[in-house]
Amino acid sequence: MAQPLLEVRDLRVQFDTDDGVVRAVDGVNYSVGRGQSLGIVGESGSGKSVSSLAVMGLTRFQGARVTGEVIFDGRDLLTLSDEELRRVRGKEIAMIFQDPLSSLHPFYRVGHQLAEAVRAHNDVSKGKAKERAVELLGMVGIPQPQRRADAYPHEFSGGMRQRAMIAMALINDPKLLIADEPTTALDVTVQAQILDLIERLQKETDAAVIMITHDLGVVAEVTDEIAVMYAGRIIERATTDAIFDAPQHPYTWGLLRSIPRLDLPRDVELVPIEGRPPSLINRPSGCAFHPRCPFVRDAHKKIDPDLVAVEGDPGHLVACLLTVETRRQLWEKLRAGADPAEAREAVPLLSKEA
Amino acid sequence: MTVEPGPGTQDGRGDSLVEIRDLVMHFPLTQGVIFRRQVGAVQAVDGVSFDVRRGETLGLVGESGCGKSTTARLMLRLLKPTSGSIRFEGQEIAQLDRGGLTPLRREMQMIFQDPYTSLNPRRTVGTIIGEPFAVHGMHTGEGDRKRAVQELMDIVGLNPEHYNRYPHEFSGGQRQRIGVARALALKPKLVIADEPVSALDVSIQAQIINLLRDLQREFGLTLVFIAHDLSVVRHVCDRIAVMYLGKVVEIAEADALFEHPRHPYTGALLSAVPVPDPRLARQKQRQVLTGDVPSPTNPPPACRFHTRCPKMREGHCDVEEPLLDAKEGGNLAACHYPLTDDEIAQRVPTAAA
Repeated sequence: MAQPLLEVRDLRVQFDTDDGVVRAVDGVNYSVGRGQSLGIVGESGSGKSVSSLAVMGLTRFQGARVTGEVIFDGRDLLTLSDEELRRVRGKEIAMIFQDPLSSLHPFYRVGHQLAEAVRAHNDVSKGKAKERAVELLGMVGIPQPQRRADAYPHEFSGGMRQRAMIAMALINDPKLLIADEPTTALDVTVQAQILDLIERLQKETDAAVIMITHDLGVVAEVTDEIAVMYAGRIIERATTDAIFDAPQHPYTWGLLRSIPRLDLPRDVELVPIEGRPPSLINRPSGCAFHPRCPFVRDAHKKIDPDLVAVEGDPGHLVACLLTVETRRQLWEKLRAGADPAEAREAVPLLSKEA
Repeated sequence: MTVEPGPGTQDGRGDSLVEIRDLVMHFPLTQGVIFRRQVGAVQAVDGVSFDVRRGETLGLVGESGCGKSTTARLMLRLLKPTSGSIRFEGQEIAQLDRGGLTPLRREMQMIFQDPYTSLNPRRTVGTIIGEPFAVHGMHTGEGDRKRAVQELMDIVGLNPEHYNRYPHEFSGGQRQRIGVARALALKPKLVIADEPVSALDVSIQAQIINLLRDLQREFGLTLVFIAHDLSVVRHVCDRIAVMYLGKVVEIAEADALFEHPRHPYTGALLSAVPVPDPRLARQKQRQVLTGDVPSPTNPPPACRFHTRCPKMREGHCDVEEPLLDAKEGGNLAACHYPLTDDEIAQRVPTAAA
């Protein structure tokens, strides 16, 4: 198989605080190929944003210790100097943030800001850069781009600002686009427009996309592969179809059962995940999910599971100590509407496992 | 004075706790500092009529700026409407003054979106939840009030021993429970929840949704639930009103609305919701609305949705305003050309197969 565009190996990000060391990202591995899209899903504090900020080198000045390897197009980004990294960032890798208002400068015209992004990486005249800015604004569906380029960010609606952000991210034809909750601040109809836009542009430019979100609906619609993060680690990784069809990790089950879904009957009871996300300073012993896991056994409090392939499906990775057969039975029960206690009752957890 | 039956009462089911008729709220836009003159108005709510039935959960949905929060604030009389009528248990309250409203305040309560800014960080949880008692002179004895507060804490799933803790010692979900307890303290007849779960993590959202549902069943609360997340609204609400640019465009029982939305805007909203099922997502033909919501200072004439509507017909939709009336399947929709069953099946993931 060809070398993936981005390969992240054993990435760790730690912050020193007065209370102790925060292990925000704790050994993460993933890769994305050209034209592919990866969804990173998790709750606040799961490390999903920090891991991609670290890829972009954006945690460098915040007292973070970053270790591991981030191989992008054959180079390890973590070993690059700030100057070298600056040439990659905004040109080969671009990022879209959640809040477009705070990512656009309120003082400069939108067209000017886009043109600046062009001129930061290319030796072109101001006129040419401006032309490119107008072209991109048109491409992302802003009406009358020529006129709109001279507007200030506050004159744009939320959806238009997010489009301007996307235009700015795409202006140098990046090979990798990282979108951190790109639609969370938007209304559903605008969200649909933006997701359509990202999908269409991805097809046209063959860029790789990393989509970071807490919304399982969004990843189901736009990604090929999903990584579920919990307490700084990936606990399950598989194709999007597999995550929704045959999820393996109890946390993934919890996420899927806790959201109200338009595709299920209205009276299906929601099953919240008990407890709250763990502290990243004092990681729980053993499996980090054990304090909240309805299927926990004593051994799980001591043994820390590795992320390994599911038997019979080498592309599906999971970090869980339950056996494949137990997990299959449990998910069958849960999917049929049993609550976790009933499922635990029905599936003999102790039968095979030592 | 007789009140004409409004949308939602025609079928004669359930009596109404709140009746809203032709409610209008225009916020004036002024220019100049010394000689302020009005140059226009934000038509936040412009002729809204509906009923809230006793014991039901009514959902108010729509995009930012559609007037759903303003409507809720008018119902609570936190705002004074420009015109129109609001009847609470038969009493006209639209133009009451402050003194006249005081006895009503304990009948209506609100749960806010952000559990971080809606709780005073320098007060203990006991004081926060007990505050409504203090305001209305109830449970005046210290031991009596503490007992009442701890009972409330128990009802919403907080540990009553945490009576003396401060808000920062609680997680987001627990803080939202504090907000719920405070809202329930006076046993109000009407509770309005404005985006109560949108600031919470997905796994916590379910806890609060379940709590609201249980409390509603247990105490027969009348709940108005405002949210932009349609999956949440569908799960919680009995009836749903969809708003667009200050108007109610469709109102129906939850199942009817999701199985056969009649207004093209409702159809577009439902079509836009991402479905957490990759196969269904691929099959669905996403109907993407183009453009942005027009400005409420200068809304389009006649049907306000006509500028973005895929079914718009010139000379009709842009000339004659459609009225909210019954369409096939019982939905009330304000549309000249409501969606047909075929159109619904193509676009809406929840359409009845």
